[in-house]
Parts: sequence; C-alpha cells; structure tokens
Amino acid sequence: MSMNRREFLQVLAVAAAGGMALDSPQVLAARGGGRDPYTVPKFGNVSFLHFTDCHAQLLPIWFREPSVNIGIADALGKPPHLVGEKLLKQFGVRPNTPEAYAFSCLDFEKAAVRYGRVGGFAHLATLVKKLRADRPQALLLDGGDTWQGSATSLWTNGQDMVDACKLLGVNIMAPHWEFTLGAERVKQIVDKDFAGNIEFVAQNVKTADFGDPVFKPYVIREQNGVLVAVIGQAFPYTPIANPRYMVPEWTFGIQDDGMQQAVDEARSKGAKVVVVLSHNGMDVDIKMASRVRGIDAILGGHTHDGVPQPVVVNNAGGKTLVTNAGSNGKFLGVLDFSVKDGKVSDFRYTLLPVFSNLLPADRDMQALIDKVRAPYAGKLAEKLAVCEGTLFRRGNFNGSWDQLICDALMDVRGAEIAFSPGFRWGTSLLPGEAITRDDVMSQTAITYPETTLTEMTGEQIKTVLEDVCDNLFNPDPYYQQGGDMVRVGGLQYTCDPNARMGGRITDMRLDGKPLDASRKYKVAGWAPVSEDARKQGGPLIWDVVEQYLKAHPALKAPRINQPKLVGMQGNPGLL
Amino acid sequence: MREALNLERRKALKAGAGFGLLSALLSVGLISPQQARAAVNKGAFDAKTLDETYKALGVSAPAVSDQVVINASDIAENGAVVPIGIKSNLPNTQMVALLVERNPNPLSASYNLTEAAVPEVTMRVKMGQTSNVIALVKADGKFYTATKEIKITLGGCGG
Repeated sequence: MSMNRREFLQVLAVAAAGGMALDSPQVLAARGGGRDPYTVPKFGNVSFLHFTDCHAQLLPIWFREPSVNIGIADALGKPPHLVGEKLLKQFGVRPNTPEAYAFSCLDFEKAAVRYGRVGGFAHLATLVKKLRADRPQALLLDGGDTWQGSATSLWTNGQDMVDACKLLGVNIMAPHWEFTLGAERVKQIVDKDFAGNIEFVAQNVKTADFGDPVFKPYVIREQNGVLVAVIGQAFPYTPIANPRYMVPEWTFGIQDDGMQQAVDEARSKGAKVVVVLSHNGMDVDIKMASRVRGIDAILGGHTHDGVPQPVVVNNAGGKTLVTNAGSNGKFLGVLDFSVKDGKVSDFRYTLLPVFSNLLPADRDMQALIDKVRAPYAGKLAEKLAVCEGTLFRRGNFNGSWDQLICDALMDVRGAEIAFSPGFRWGTSLLPGEAITRDDVMSQTAITYPETTLTEMTGEQIKTVLEDVCDNLFNPDPYYQQGGDMVRVGGLQYTCDPNARMGGRITDMRLDGKPLDASRKYKVAGWAPVSEDARKQGGPLIWDVVEQYLKAHPALKAPRINQPKLVGMQGNPGLL
Repeated sequence: MREALNLERRKALKAGAGFGLLSALLSVGLISPQQARAAVNKGAFDAKTLDETYKALGVSAPAVSDQVVINASDIAENGAVVPIGIKSNLPNTQMVALLVERNPNPLSASYNLTEAAVPEVTMRVKMGQTSNVIALVKADGKFYTATKEIKITLGGCGG
C-alpha cells in the first residue's frame, strides 16, 4: 500500500469521528493486511505474552532498527544477524508495509511519518487487555531492563516503572539493568512492591560467599489445568558490563548446570511446559538451548533483536524455541502452546509491533503516566537544540546519537578522542525534531553518569578497542556480552571482526596520522564501571551533552565515524 | 527448606565468630602459603611456563579427559578473585592441580588427596589476563587434563 501521512491521519480521523474502534475495517485496510492485525487467532491451552528491554519508555517513541548487526562464525547470516531486506526476506515480510517499518531500518524516516510512533505503555496496556480477553489464562512476562532508560525512571529510582508494570499486570520478570539501582533497592522492590503481584526470578544470581540463591529460580503456575514453569535468567555478565560495586555480594554467570537443575526440578514437580524468561541475549540463548534439555521455549531479550519468528534449536532432549522481542516497548510477543497428553504438541508465535496510532491509549495507564511525569513536565519538555539529521543509537558501530555524544565529550571536556559505551537502548529522533531534555536523558539516564578524562597511550587505546570488540565478535557466544562496539569519536580505525582478539583493530589514525603506541592522548568517556573512576567526580554526561547542545542550537546531521570493515563483504548483517 | 537451612548455617557462622570459633578455625592455617608451597614442591610453583611446570611435577604428555571437569565462569567477574572448581570422575584420583597458563607462575594450587577424599576442589585464584586454565589430575598413577579459557575483560558497555 502507499499512503502519505496526511491520508493516514485522515483515515484515523474518520475512524475516530465515526466512533469506530481503531480496529475497524477502514483502518485495518490502511494497515495493509485487510484483517485485524491485533486479533491473534486463539490456539492451544497455554499462552505467554512477552515484552522485554522497554528501558522505561512509558510514552510512544521512534526506534530505528539497526543497519549493522553482524554475525560471524556460526551466527553468520542467521537470525538475529540479518538487517534490511535480508531480514524481511527471511521472514516473509513485504517491503513498504507497517511490519517492514517495525522490523527493519529501511526508509526509516519516510515510514516513521507514515506509520507513527511505536510503543508506549498506555498503548501496550490496550494490546495486553485485548489479547487477554481471548486468553484469560495467559501469563505476562517482562524480560527486564524495565526500571532504567528514562529521566523519570532515574528520578523516581525506578518507582514509575514498578507502578506501571503492576498496573499492566506483569506476572513474572527477569532482571539486568534493574541491578544498577543497587542491591538494596532491588530487594526493596522485590520484597515490598512486588510481593503478591509480580514474581522476580533469576536462577543464576547467587550469593558470592556460599552460592545461595538470591531470588526464586523459577515459579510454577497453572493454565487450563496444565502446570507451567517459568525459569528466570538474569543477564549473566551484570557485574562486568555494569558496576560490580552495585551488587558486591552477588555473583552471576551463565550457569548451564543450574539451568538444567531448575528445568529438571520443575519437571519433577509436574510442570508440563517449561519456558525460560531470559536476559542472556539471543546468541547466548541459542547456544544454551543446544546444551540444556527440557526447555520448550526461551523467551529472550538483552540484544534488542526484533525477530518475527522463533529459531528452533535441537538438543539432546528435543527441540527448544528461541525468541527475542526487541526493545523500547515496540513489540509484544504472543506464544501459544497446545499441550496434549502432558506434552507440548504444537505452537504459534507472533511478534506484534505496538503501533501507537492503531491502539488507543488505555485510560488508567495514561493517567498513571501523566501523574508520574507531571512534577517534571517543564524540565522534560525543554528544547535544547534542533538537529537536521536522524538521531539513532542502535547498530554495531557508531550511530548518530552517540556521534553527537562523542562530539560533545570532545568539545566540552577538551579531548582528542572520545569513547561512548555500546549501549543498545536509547530511542531515535526524526530530522528537524527538537531535542528535549527528555530525549537526552533517554540516551544517558544511568546511575553512574560521570564523565572521565584520561591520558591513555596509543597502546592502551588499542587494548580497550580490542577488548570491547572481542565482547561483540568472539566466535563463542558465551564469551560475548551483548552490547555493541564502543563508540569512538576522533579516532579512525579498521576492524576485522573475523580476526582473533588482538588482531581485529588496525590502522588507528588521528587526523590522518597513525596513532603512536607510546604517546599519550587525552581521551574522554562516560559510564565508568570502576568505583575509583567514579570517585573522581567528573561532570555528568547529560550536563555535558546539554552544554554542547545549547552552544549548538541548530545542529547539522552528525558525521558518523564508522570504522573501515574488513572481510564483511556480502555479510547479511550489513545493509 | 533449603533457605531455612542456609539461614541456620549463616546464624551458626555468625554465632561461631562471636564466640571466637571462627578465629580458632582460621588458626588452623598457621603456616604461610609460601611455607606450604615449599613443603609441597618448590620447583613446580616457581616454574614460569607450562612445560617447566609439567617437568617439575614429573608429568609428560598428559591425556585430555572428559572425566576431568572444570567449573568456572567463561568471563571472570573479577580477575583478582576468580572462583574455579575442579572435579575428577576418575577412579583412584590421587592429585588435583590448577595451572593458569598466562600467569607469571602457572601452578596455582596442588592438592594431594587420600582415597577417602571426594576428588572435588574449589579455589579462588588471581588472573592478570585472559588465559587457558588447566586442571591436572593424577589418577591410578597416570596424568589427565582438562582445559578451559577464562576471559578477563575491562568491562563496561553492556547492552
């Protein structure tokens, strides 16, 4: 179909004026399918609804999917390492449709105007209610990274999201960024706010002294007379990727053995369906599914991959489905199982994009969101600058948002080189849109926001780049951490993802001149994981970015500093 | 049930500490690690490469065995204290040792076991950089190994 923004809005206006629900035929025809995309046919007797990595985005947002999501070794050319047309083709998604807009970065700016913002808890709430009307037994699972990522979640110490998830009717959640609020706050929420409402499960978090479980490893619930177990898997590398001092008494790790034990225990207690609510990241989930027996599905997150259909993994116990449900509240996964004679006999899976224009806001959730934001409304809405280009973060290497952050770091802190972490959260902005303080916080809202200014030798810089690059491109997923490459400002380099650690980064140059291994360079960064770096108390990242934006109120599109890639020709993880 | 037991164990330990029990337990380790090492095999602990270590221990061409299991994280949470467990499923296990290939002195620990002991040990070692760790087991007079890479990373930048 083809429709411009005005026509699209007209259809909506007609629908609204006529008092029709938004799933009326006209609007649905406008969505291209001719049927109600949000009516998922009933199937089976056990159901799970799954969202993950919403990163505290309560309001509808723009989110550009990556144009670079490289897979190497066994992951080459396989989901989730497909982008653009390759991804659409793999999953039979027609180009120039709302689905193509949701799942790929193709024609992002045009499609965004045409199909509107995605996500938003009030719209998600409407969708959840609609699906639950057909599946009253369904469990709503939250894969984590829920209490972090926005101004209000930071300023309320996660309380806004805790309250929103309770209202949304989340049944069970697994954690990652939650831990950056500190162990004490996590315990407080789990023991008080969540008690009797939401189960918080993580089989792989233990006390560092005796290895005792910190949280419930799993919970067993009943659906239509069938016992189902949901096992939690926290992000295994939390104390490495995030500050360890925030959870000093807990230890993490992948822990296949612990997972197998939890599966066996749940089965012995009568569970006929076992699913894992995982924050491993999709590559790690796929490997885990090949090693652990007896899991029907791993509902995954962390790597923010919006994968339309599950990957089916064979293992010694049978088959395991592995899904990944994107990020920022953009998708809701629906997994239905048919359980017969005590066994899963068939399944259906749909990953529904949450189009905020097609799902009216749920009144109660909207009221909660408005209440949460009201005390900060003026501060959040303040316009700091306007940028001519699209601002986005997601992708294996620099995006334009991080380029802007690197530019700000170099400018404000007086550095020759800047590093910005390869976070996968952070929303997008369309060309010409005002950058508000709310937007800046959606890129920077963390509990360790200090910037750093360090003198590093060329050799040290190379070590850092190699180290992070190995966390992304180690051929064994269990050695990956699920983030993207550190974003680099000022410094050009060549990257060979297929090389071994120590050999991936070559030809590092500053202003065209090769980097001197022994010379010292001034390097700015932010989000230090070490407590020492934090204690030096550098200016906070959002203040640095804000200062830069106010000095440059009319920004040109940032010139994205991409490394030169070697050996990646024809890789379907590259546009 | 398990939680209740753990709680009891913690209480007991706290109580023990209060009554000086813990310090009494600690005093069992009266000799320093250096003294202990000297008594065991000074040459092996001073060796700087894997080959030298094997030589000092009198090991030649140990066989790789899937009956030797290393239990450790793929990426260390803290290179200064890396927990590593070794379990031997081989009958008549007499000795279990841990070697960290890229540490200045690879041999980190060596345990001589009696027949009555369950051949499973856990230790915490310091690692300066990403390295293979090797579990060396002597069973029935023969040597066996298992190898695992443990990555030491700078951290940060998680999704």
